[in-house]
Amino acid sequence: MATDTRVQPAPAVAAAQPRPLRRRSGLMAVFRHVILLPGVVFFVIPLVFMVSTSLKALRQIALFPPELIPNPVLWANYPEVFHYAPMHLYFVNTLFLVLPAIFGAVFTSSLAAYAFARLRAPGKNAIFIVLLSTMMVPAFVTMIPTYILFAKLRWVGGFKPLVIPYLMGSAFFVFLLRQFFLTIPRELEDAAFIDGSSRLRTFTGIVLPLAKPVLATVTIFAFMASWNEYMGPLIYLSNKKQYVLSLGLQVFTDAYGGEWGLLMAASTMMVAPVILLFFFAQKHFVTGITMSGLKG
Amino acid sequence: MAATTPTLSTPTARGFWKSLRGREALSFYLFIAPWTLGFLAFILGPILASLALGFTQYDIILPAKWVGLKNFRDLIADPLFRISLGNTVYIVLMAVPLGMVVSFLIALLLNQKVRGMAAYRTGYFIPSIVPAVASAALWLYLLQPQWGLVNGFLDLFGIKGPTWLASTTWSKPSIIMLMVWASGGTMIIYLAGLQDIPDTLYEAASIDGASWLRRLVHVTIPLMTPTIFFTLVMGIIGTFQVFSVVFVLTDGMGGPLNSTLVYLIYVYRNAFVFFRMGYASALSLILFLIILVLTLANVRLAGRWVYSEVEME
Repeated sequence: MATDTRVQPAPAVAAAQPRPLRRRSGLMAVFRHVILLPGVVFFVIPLVFMVSTSLKALRQIALFPPELIPNPVLWANYPEVFHYAPMHLYFVNTLFLVLPAIFGAVFTSSLAAYAFARLRAPGKNAIFIVLLSTMMVPAFVTMIPTYILFAKLRWVGGFKPLVIPYLMGSAFFVFLLRQFFLTIPRELEDAAFIDGSSRLRTFTGIVLPLAKPVLATVTIFAFMASWNEYMGPLIYLSNKKQYVLSLGLQVFTDAYGGEWGLLMAASTMMVAPVILLFFFAQKHFVTGITMSGLKG
Repeated sequence: MAATTPTLSTPTARGFWKSLRGREALSFYLFIAPWTLGFLAFILGPILASLALGFTQYDIILPAKWVGLKNFRDLIADPLFRISLGNTVYIVLMAVPLGMVVSFLIALLLNQKVRGMAAYRTGYFIPSIVPAVASAALWLYLLQPQWGLVNGFLDLFGIKGPTWLASTTWSKPSIIMLMVWASGGTMIIYLAGLQDIPDTLYEAASIDGASWLRRLVHVTIPLMTPTIFFTLVMGIIGTFQVFSVVFVLTDGMGGPLNSTLVYLIYVYRNAFVFFRMGYASALSLILFLIILVLTLANVRLAGRWVYSEVEME
């Protein structure tokens, strides 16, 4: 940052620096692009080819070296995907998992988070420590006993095992939201409370509207987690009509191996909503990750 | 809990719940009730159950049979346990440092006032939000030996690329490559950390005549150690649990010749293909123990290299 004296005005420093260094900082800027540009191409080009391949016929895909823009552009893979797998059904099924997960994040978790941030009760700190320590338990530890529980309840083969645990919120969201609630000034709530509003009304009427940015972050986290969820559906769903997108994609990786155009079209369908969401809510993606990274 | 020492306002336990403080406590318990229910049913209960299950033989249909340490003895003699642990450790040892170094370098370069910075940042970050299953599907195509993009690229330099996922030598590097490609989240964390370093420190170093390299070594890296430490620990924990990507890339087989049989695929196979719940639980417990020990060791070692503004007690 400080190398580039032209854009980081620090007059005293700039004056003190000898000429050659200045020219070198210009060189540095070019040097940066020389590294960054091929790097970013390496990161982005696979996705470009995912879309490009989804618009190719098999003989175009087998061309070597591969062509970036298909000639001719073939749209037929997209309708063809539905011929092999009911992607629209998988999409709806995925929403069945996504929506409860968002509810669990926005409502259940924030309710608990608010309690931890504001309300006093005996045993609160001990419970909070328990909550924090559950964040360190990897999912695979609870996977087998939970499966046995659901098998005993005869829930295996349905959506319940993939919905009900997520409705109950998660320690990570509770922690994230609590940190935010602690930064909201208390006076507003106190005033409403003294005016006779109940705790719950104060929470839904005053606190939640103020927490919109962090709720958006948590919503995105919950959406991403359940949109990407693979092991759960793999274990619990067996009926093809109940498949979610992540499982549906596998229809093309195993049964129709070699149908690359179809596989890439199906992948594009699964990726596109995520990328779209990213462009609309870029800020929340980034703050979410940095919040979990720096304060976790 | 109502048996806290009675104060003037709460002469009896009953009175406590009617007092303002009592009602506040009641609200607290009600507010956390849904989460607590989920915690008991889906976290605490299963953890306790898995501690016991590891010492049983259980296939869900027949009642569980207590077998003592048998599962753990079998596990030591099981070649697939060793192979899957070895494969996973290999991937962790390669993918975690590689992902961190690449992310750090990119973050370092992006932390300057570069033209097109926002576009660069987006470009590096986007692969990390692609769903694991979709990125695996995509890399199946990219790594296709005859006309895949990767070998097409190598061909430009006259290199005949390997068969990647079909080769026992290159199957693990294929997975590592995918992981590094998707490490944009780490880059974002580093970038945020770098932006938190006050400019005044760099200015002071510049006045003292410190070169770019010396500023990096003596200002940037020391101040970034807490962030680096965090991503290291999270990277190890996360990578030990690699599953979806490998499962999709290898059709759930961990092939060729078990060269990509990662630990959780082996756990999955025992639990949900063979229904050996006891043995699979024993495997899970061992992995949990490994992760726990590594995390604690990291925390222990942190004092030696992680910079902290507050002296550690």
